[in-house]
Amino acid sequence: MGYTSVVCVKQVPDTKRITGNAMREDGTVNRAALPAIFNPEDRNALEAALRVRDEHGGTVTVVTMGLPSACDVLREALERGADRCILVTDRRAAASDTLATSYILSCAVGKLKPDLVFCGRQAIDGDTAQVGPQLAEKLGFTLMTYMEELALEGREARVTRNIGNGRETALARLPALFTVMESANEMRPAAMRKIMKFKKARAPMEIANSVKTALGVSATPEALAAETSRRTEELAARGLLIDQWNLDDIGARLEWCGGAGSPTRVNRVQSVVLAGGDYREFEPTQASIGQLVAELVQDHTIG
Amino acid sequence: MEDLNRKGEILIFAEQDNGVLSEVPLELLSKGRELADTLKVPLACVLVGDKVGGLARKLIQHGADTVYVADDPRLKDYQTASYARVVGDLITERRPQICIFGATPMGRDLAPTVASAQRCGLTADCTDLQIGNYTDPATKEEQTSLLLQIRPAFGGNIIATIVNPRMHPQMTTVREGVMHAGPPNPARRGQVVPVEPRFQPGDLALKVLERTMRAPTCNLRGASVIVAGGAGVGSREGFELIRELADELGGEVGASRAAVDAGYISQEHQVGQTGATVRPRLYIACGISGAIQHRAGMDQSSKIIAINRDPDAPIFQVAHYRIVGDLHEVIPEILRALRGPALREPES
Repeated sequence: MGYTSVVCVKQVPDTKRITGNAMREDGTVNRAALPAIFNPEDRNALEAALRVRDEHGGTVTVVTMGLPSACDVLREALERGADRCILVTDRRAAASDTLATSYILSCAVGKLKPDLVFCGRQAIDGDTAQVGPQLAEKLGFTLMTYMEELALEGREARVTRNIGNGRETALARLPALFTVMESANEMRPAAMRKIMKFKKARAPMEIANSVKTALGVSATPEALAAETSRRTEELAARGLLIDQWNLDDIGARLEWCGGAGSPTRVNRVQSVVLAGGDYREFEPTQASIGQLVAELVQDHTIG
Repeated sequence: MEDLNRKGEILIFAEQDNGVLSEVPLELLSKGRELADTLKVPLACVLVGDKVGGLARKLIQHGADTVYVADDPRLKDYQTASYARVVGDLITERRPQICIFGATPMGRDLAPTVASAQRCGLTADCTDLQIGNYTDPATKEEQTSLLLQIRPAFGGNIIATIVNPRMHPQMTTVREGVMHAGPPNPARRGQVVPVEPRFQPGDLALKVLERTMRAPTCNLRGASVIVAGGAGVGSREGFELIRELADELGGEVGASRAAVDAGYISQEHQVGQTGATVRPRLYIACGISGAIQHRAGMDQSSKIIAINRDPDAPIFQVAHYRIVGDLHEVIPEILRALRGPALREPES
C-alpha cells in the first residue's frame, strides 16, 4: 500500500559560521554574507521519510517555503531520493512569523493529503521549534515531537521520542506529524547519477530569471514568455521541474499570511556586545595561580 | 483589533512530572510575580495531571494568587492534545493577558499547539521578560504595558525583543535556569480552583506505552561551581582532569558544544545556546574558545575564570580572570593550590 509522506524543509543561513561581516553596524544580520544550507534537522526528517518509503513503499514529497533560491535545498532533496519537490513562494508571504508560516504550510501540505508529515525539530536560524507543532495543530494531525525511532503498522505509528531526561514510546493514529531529532538517523549520501540528473532541476521562477538573462534587455515580453514556456515544458518532460505554488494556488486566506497574519513584531534587535569589562590577568605560574586561588577562597567564591 | 484584555491575569503553566513539580514553574513564578505587580493584575497557575492538587500549595507559597487544577486520571501522562485542550479552554474562559510556559521539552511541545489553536503569537526561549511600551513603526500608535519578550536569536548572535501588540494573549516560553526561584512564603494565601477537562474526540488518541527516565547524572543548573571543558581538552580522557577539578570544588562538569560534538563528553553536560543556561557562582572555562553560542549560556556567571592558550580567544572577553596558558599545566597548579596547606581550614 505505501504511505504518502510530506517533508517540510527550510533553507537557513549557517549560523555556526557567523563571521564579523555577517553582522551589520546596526545589529541586524546580513544574510547575504552567510552560506545558505539545508537546515540540519530537516535532513533527518527527509531521511526518516525515505526510510518509510524504502520499507513500505509510497511517495516522499518535499515542501519548502521561501525565495526561489531555496530551490537549492529542493535539488539536494531530489538528489537524496525525494519523488517530488514543491516551492511555496509568494511576495505576500514575506515577514511571516511562525504562526503565519505554519498556516501557509498547512494549506500547501493539506493539498497533498499525506499520511505522514516530517519536520526537523527546529531550524538553526530561529531555534523556535514552533512550526512543526503549529502545523500539526492546523492540519488536525497527531503530533509526535522529538522523534528518534518510528515503526508503522497499518494506520498506527509506534514512535520513540527523546524527551530530554528520558525516552518515551507511544502509539499514535495516523495521520501524524513528526518532528525529527538530529540523533534519529543520518541522511544518506546522494548517488552521483542523481546529482548529475537533478542539478538541472528548476522551478518556473528560476527558469524565467535565466531566460531574462539569456535573451537580454531588448527581448520582448512575448519572446520571454515563449522561451520560458518552452524551457518549462522541456524540463517537465524530463522530470526536472520543481513545482511552484503561490498563495492563490494553495487557497490561503491572505489576512492570515505574511506580516498581516503574524502576531509577533520585532521591537528591537541588539547585536551581542561583549562586555570587555574589568578583568585581571594571572600568569600560568605556581605563584600566580596560588594567589588567585587564595583570593577566591577569601571572598568565599570557593571553599 | 481584537479586545486585548489588558486587565487580564498572568497565567503560568505549572509543569509537573509524575506528581513532582518541576523547578521551572517556581522560576517563572518569581518573574511572574514581578510582572503581575507591575501591571497590578493577579498571578495564576494552571496545574494539569492526575492527583496533583497537593502541589497547588507550593505554587501559592511561591507567588501564585490562583491555581487552576485539572485533576483527572486521563491526564496522568502528558499528551499534547489533552493538555492543550485543558490549557486552551482555560485561556478562552479566563482570558489572561499573558501566558508563560517553561521552554522545556514539554513546554516547547505544548505552547505552540496552544498558540496555534488560539491564533496568538508565541515567542520561544526567552531569557528575560519586561513590561514596557511599544510604538508601531507604521502607524506611530503607542501601546503601553506590553510584555517585552527578550530572547537570543540567530545562534545567539543577536538579542531580539519581541512584542505581540495586536493579538491576545501574549504568549511565551522561558528558558530553564535563567530566572531565579524565590524562597517560599508559608504565610501566603491563594485560591485553588478546580477545572473540569472537556475532552473532544481524538484528544486522548495517543497511547503511551513506556517511559524510561534517566536519572540525571549531572545537575548543571543547580551547581554553584562549574568547571567546563572545550575542544582544547583534546580527548575523552582529558575530561578526567576537568572532573578532578570539579570534584575538588564540589562542582559540576560542563562542556562546550565542540567538546560534545567531538565525543569527549555526553550532551547533558553542554552549556550554551543549545545546552543549559547556567549562572553559577564560579565558572571555569578550560580550553573553550568561547563561541557566542557558548557565551550565551554562561556569561551571567558571577565569576568567570578562562584558561586558554590563545590570548585572543573570545572567551577572555567575558572572563573576570584570564590565564593564558595550557589547561593541562594550569589545572594541576590550581589543584595543588587548593590542596596546599596554606588553604586548609584550621582543624578544631
